[in-house]
Amino acid sequence: MSRLQTRFAELKEQNRAALVTFVTAGDPDYDASLAILKGLPKAGADVIELGMPFTDPMADGPSIQLGNIRALANKQDLAATLRMVRAFRDDDTATPLVLMGYFNPIHKYGVPRFIEDAKAAGVDGLIIVDLPPEHNADLCDPAQAAGIDFIRLTTPTTDDKRLPTVLNGSSGFVYYVSVAGVTGAGAATLEHVEQAVSRLRRHTDLPVCIGFGIRTPEHAANVARLADGVVVGSALVDQIAKTQERADAIDGVLSLCSQLAEGVRSARR
Amino acid sequence: MTSFRSGPDAKGLFGSFGGQYVAETLMPLIHDLAAEYEKAKGDPEFAKELAYFQRDYVGRPSPLYFAERLTEHCGGAKIYLKREELNHTGAHKINNCIGQILLAKRMGKQRIIAETGAGMHGVATATVAARFGMKCVIYMGTTDIDRQQANVFRMKLLGAEVVPVTAGTGTLKDAMNEALRDWVTNVDSTFYIIGTVAGPHPYPAMVRDFQAVIGKETRDQLQEQEGRLPDSLVACIGGGSNAMGLFHPFLDDAGVKIIGVEAAGHGVETGKHAASLNGGVPGVLHGNRTYLLQDDDGQIIDAHSISAGLDYPGIGPEHSWLYDIGRVEYTSITDDEALAAFHQCCRLEGIIPALESSHALAEVFKRAPALPKDHLMVVNLSGRGDKDMQTVMHHLGDAVEKESQA
Repeated sequence: MSRLQTRFAELKEQNRAALVTFVTAGDPDYDASLAILKGLPKAGADVIELGMPFTDPMADGPSIQLGNIRALANKQDLAATLRMVRAFRDDDTATPLVLMGYFNPIHKYGVPRFIEDAKAAGVDGLIIVDLPPEHNADLCDPAQAAGIDFIRLTTPTTDDKRLPTVLNGSSGFVYYVSVAGVTGAGAATLEHVEQAVSRLRRHTDLPVCIGFGIRTPEHAANVARLADGVVVGSALVDQIAKTQERADAIDGVLSLCSQLAEGVRSARR
Repeated sequence: MTSFRSGPDAKGLFGSFGGQYVAETLMPLIHDLAAEYEKAKGDPEFAKELAYFQRDYVGRPSPLYFAERLTEHCGGAKIYLKREELNHTGAHKINNCIGQILLAKRMGKQRIIAETGAGMHGVATATVAARFGMKCVIYMGTTDIDRQQANVFRMKLLGAEVVPVTAGTGTLKDAMNEALRDWVTNVDSTFYIIGTVAGPHPYPAMVRDFQAVIGKETRDQLQEQEGRLPDSLVACIGGGSNAMGLFHPFLDDAGVKIIGVEAAGHGVETGKHAASLNGGVPGVLHGNRTYLLQDDDGQIIDAHSISAGLDYPGIGPEHSWLYDIGRVEYTSITDDEALAAFHQCCRLEGIIPALESSHALAEVFKRAPALPKDHLMVVNLSGRGDKDMQTVMHHLGDAVEKESQA
């Protein structure tokens, strides 16, 4: 079993949802970012999404745009991100880690070389925002052939007719983008989330994780009652933006992560 | 014979360029748009409505003008100017905007968004939105807002909201990112009028088709005036819509030499330029695979050009394909060369060209003198230069004052 399968199976046993956290690699700099990454599992993150910085994050709101800018200003390239994953894997072989971002840096790095290096570094999955199933041949197919999961975004606009196309190439889990919009924008109602989860469950047996607009432990708990996982990104990244001090940035992210984890863990008690 | 005019394929690819590299939220809409455009293309009512607005609103056909003094000055090729600057709103951009807003109307959309660099596409979009009574939001980088203030006011006058974009360098690329973010957020209500032959399929093909009226008219007009096809075509390229509009109807005419002119800024070798083909490598941005200015990590590099309309680090995917297969020759012209050509055109023909179009004219000044007198060369005068007065005064102001006193 892959790390993602193992993790979601364990959580099903425990009857609770996964806390999936997003931070950008190299934000605010390499060392602080690695400290955050290494601290996340202890702070209660069950699955980690690590953003690969890009100059033009077209589907991201202001929080994650700024995170990308901070990371790029400190020269965080794709090679550094893969190095960071290797360093994380030195002392954590259980927590699934998924790289998230846009295709161009991978295209430039070279797809075969990227897959080989990502696999060797201990990457479990990929979420590539601008690679819909229409472009499976570009990265999804070779990544899955190498045993790296390709996690698909589904959205309120992905109708029943299109859903099978999107889900056919998916593995690991399904990420439901609960609002049509950029990251960090407004949140969906719980009614919408409930309906969306039941619609997705009719089409797939993969775990369903809900993201976009989830910022507080209470909100995370509410969503955790309905879905297999809760994704939080912008709220964590904002903790880094709030402070000039690296130590405060690390503390800020990890303490919010702990609170969110408590929310998720309390949800079905 | 294989045609150069049959692309894109069903996946929206020209060779390995183009495609649909966008977030899932937009995919269903993009498929709808492609289907609706296919239907519209075959609908005589749509063709009739488009033709009506092209003639009575835009002012088409635009003249194909024999530039006698320019020809004399160069002493070589016989130079014709395709007068797209005489269109309503002062550039070729409206050809595409009229087509897309008719499509928006067909699809029942009520809100229009667009990105703009120099502001010409923004003005053209605000114009058609006013004409069809639709709400209009234009995204424009703050750098471009500073250098194109008159156009900003024109857009507001026409009822559009102009949203300043501070991200990145505040130019066209950043405006396009922000427009895409708006579109993802307002996907149900909103039609995105992309201004050039780039973006996800069907935009590159659709914008090209709406702009191809330039090349079709040129073909007929030159046939009438000279009884034959041109020997060469020259057009400037940012995203490449005016060039593709002129070139496309001639791609299968092997005897027609086709030249696209990129913006070399301070010089391609300086790194301060906007020449995606001459100074970039293939990558994926804004929905398509195409040549891009990027660093070793695949991060996009900001373009530089004196002309806001060419200041973009990418290029339409069909141009990338035509470059790779060698059907079109792509050269580049620096800021200084474009300014000199701008000035020459004012003095020789009494026509103030856009700085964008001045890049094409500069290429003509380089090539025409060495060509025989029976060589017919058509240049796309894609826009008028009124919008560029601020920039030109900054660069040429003193020289022009001195000349006029002498």
